[in-house]
Amino acid sequence: MTTAPIAARLRRATTARMSPRRRRGVQRNLTAYGFLCGALICFAFFSWYPIVREVLLSFQKTNFVGAPTWVGLDNFTTVVEDPVFNDAWLNTAAFTLLALVVGYAVPFVIAIVLNELRHARAYLRFVVYLPVMLPPAAAVLLFKWFYDPGPGLFNQILHAAQLPGLSWLDSTDTALISLVLVSTWMNLGSGTLIYLAALQTIPGELYEAAELDGAGIFRRIRHITIPQTRLILLVMLLLQIIATMQVFIEPFLLTGGGPEDSTVTVAYLMYQYAFNFNNFGGGGALGLMLMLVLMVFSAIYLRVSREEAR
Amino acid sequence: MSSTRARILAPLIAASLGATLAACGGDDSGDKTKKDQPLAADAKVSITVGCMPAKSQTAQRKEWLEDVASFQKLHPNITIDGKDAFPCQDPNTFQAKLAGNQLEDVFYVYFTDSRSIINNRQAADITPYLGLSKQYPSVDPAVEKVFKDGEKVYGLPRQNYSMGLFYNRALFRKAGLNPDAPPKTWAEVRDAAKKISALGDGITGYAELSAKNQGGWHFTTSVYSQGGDMLSADGKKAAFNTPQGKAVLQNLKDMRWTDNSMGTKQLLVDADIQRMMAAGKLGMYLGAPDNATALVDQFKAKYDDFGMGPIPGSTGTLMGGDGYMFNAKASPEKIKAGLLWLDYYCLTPGQGQLNYARAKVDGRPVGLPQPKLFADNAVGQQDRQLRAASANLPVANFKPYEDTYNTVPGKLEPGHAQQLYAILDSVVSAVLTRQDANIDQLLSDAQKKADSVLARAS
Repeated sequence: MTTAPIAARLRRATTARMSPRRRRGVQRNLTAYGFLCGALICFAFFSWYPIVREVLLSFQKTNFVGAPTWVGLDNFTTVVEDPVFNDAWLNTAAFTLLALVVGYAVPFVIAIVLNELRHARAYLRFVVYLPVMLPPAAAVLLFKWFYDPGPGLFNQILHAAQLPGLSWLDSTDTALISLVLVSTWMNLGSGTLIYLAALQTIPGELYEAAELDGAGIFRRIRHITIPQTRLILLVMLLLQIIATMQVFIEPFLLTGGGPEDSTVTVAYLMYQYAFNFNNFGGGGALGLMLMLVLMVFSAIYLRVSREEAR
Repeated sequence: MSSTRARILAPLIAASLGATLAACGGDDSGDKTKKDQPLAADAKVSITVGCMPAKSQTAQRKEWLEDVASFQKLHPNITIDGKDAFPCQDPNTFQAKLAGNQLEDVFYVYFTDSRSIINNRQAADITPYLGLSKQYPSVDPAVEKVFKDGEKVYGLPRQNYSMGLFYNRALFRKAGLNPDAPPKTWAEVRDAAKKISALGDGITGYAELSAKNQGGWHFTTSVYSQGGDMLSADGKKAAFNTPQGKAVLQNLKDMRWTDNSMGTKQLLVDADIQRMMAAGKLGMYLGAPDNATALVDQFKAKYDDFGMGPIPGSTGTLMGGDGYMFNAKASPEKIKAGLLWLDYYCLTPGQGQLNYARAKVDGRPVGLPQPKLFADNAVGQQDRQLRAASANLPVANFKPYEDTYNTVPGKLEPGHAQQLYAILDSVVSAVLTRQDANIDQLLSDAQKKADSVLARAS
């Protein structure tokens, strides 16, 4: 049996009871629907199903052996009463804010510089993108050595410049910003490439006209570059907030949440609940809270981008 | 649009709920076997067992396969399906394996996690079947307690140890210390650490863990060593905010900031201190005898360079180890088969993991004072004699530790260990990273947090 008759029969069976116009539409797009199925199945199994399970878990107590029991808001009460709960949210907010200041601005500036360069652009683009190609765990462990207060690279540089060394990860004052630096370095390449692509869509005539009018580089950036890339800047802002609020790998591998809980983030606390404290309900409750907060940012973004489109 | 979404989501949610309920349902099919009866000779049983040595552990894997073959010859109706992993278990994957129905019938577990698994009813009660295990009555009651809840038993031990002072004999010699007489008190540890760190060249005298809940784990060991405890007798209140708890932190603070003998890098985890020790950059830390094997296998160090002394203070020490528990969904036949296998492989002197003569022939290290599964009874004596007869390690290096093994009382980890350890990580890391850390305040805050955790748990 060949596949052609099966496809024809399937097409006939699917479209038998439809109006002629709709039938034609379905017949025309049947192959596309077939391809779409693959993506839908993947999303269903790897995104939607886990989300549904996570929401259910946050209202249940389960040991994964017997049937789960519904516990209402108990899991939420447990995590809210956890003494580290407030610290985790404050640390996450601080990390997000610092990551915006450092991680949002730096790639944009680098993209502008790369865009202005006349030589070695491809090479420098490669160099900037290189950290993205490193596995995150390897990159983070590399920084573990950089931050070593003894023979670590950063303190060696400071000592060579006759400056006192820092405690980096070992101090509550510097641990969080140290994690931000790692995160920025790891993700710099992707942001820079996206900004660079956006910069290259700006018509060159605008800059030429501005130059003829005597505008310097900063005025050109302020009056041409930023307005022309506003939409992509907004998209990146949202993505940055969503990504940085879920920060996990940096505190997990570098500080274990310390010193003194100064780098415990919401995602890290979620991990502690689910996998170390054997409390998936608590982990689910924290996950749901984080998801709701991120949904607020998504809604703000959608509203802003709709206004922008108008 | 929303109705379209609802149409798509409804069957998905229904399917996932169905799958969840199906996965969570018990499997009591065919449970007709009497629990105290031996496994019927005609009952074919296949069991999955965790912690089969990985392929990279060539000798251990060969021995495991030999043991499986011998066991199956004795019990032709039982098939052992070993599941390998290295390390044997990452506690963080336990829940995922359980949720995904991937947990072995006989699964491997650390002592640290056994209490939480028992409390959550995630393991089968094997009490009615214990008559099938010939060796179980010989197990040290202190070790047996790890898997007991009241009169019910949920597992059997495989390895056990108590914590002591692990030290670098080579650095002791260099620092002018006697490597055959390790420190016995915390004051002596402090003195030795000062002398070792005075060697310079990035050498640290004494190191302590302070991240990933391991700081809390070692704090517990140190509190026990000072005669203190972690919880009140009823387990409902924290009991570490005491002179013993303060003494532990004060000692660390003095070594870190007054003597500068603990190095500058903190937030260490076990892999960090093992790397430092193997590289000859660390003098001492609290550990178990099998640290020597890890240092030799993973970091190519030499056994001759290491030794173990008793836990400083010797008032008490933390017991640790690992063992096997049974899947809560395992059938009575599987539990019986599993018990027979564990009896053969883990608990019979001269067989399985306790076959020291074969381990020696295979070039594996023999002679470390571990495990000590049995009390001072005939089985225990037989095990020790067999080990001594095949020892190929410098066992004298571990004699100071072994001499006090039976005199230093071993204590188990507290209930809700991981939550307490997470809280105490913060305390230990504060003392090691902040010169002006206020110990009284830290302990008082930690006690409040711990009491709150315990109140919620109860």
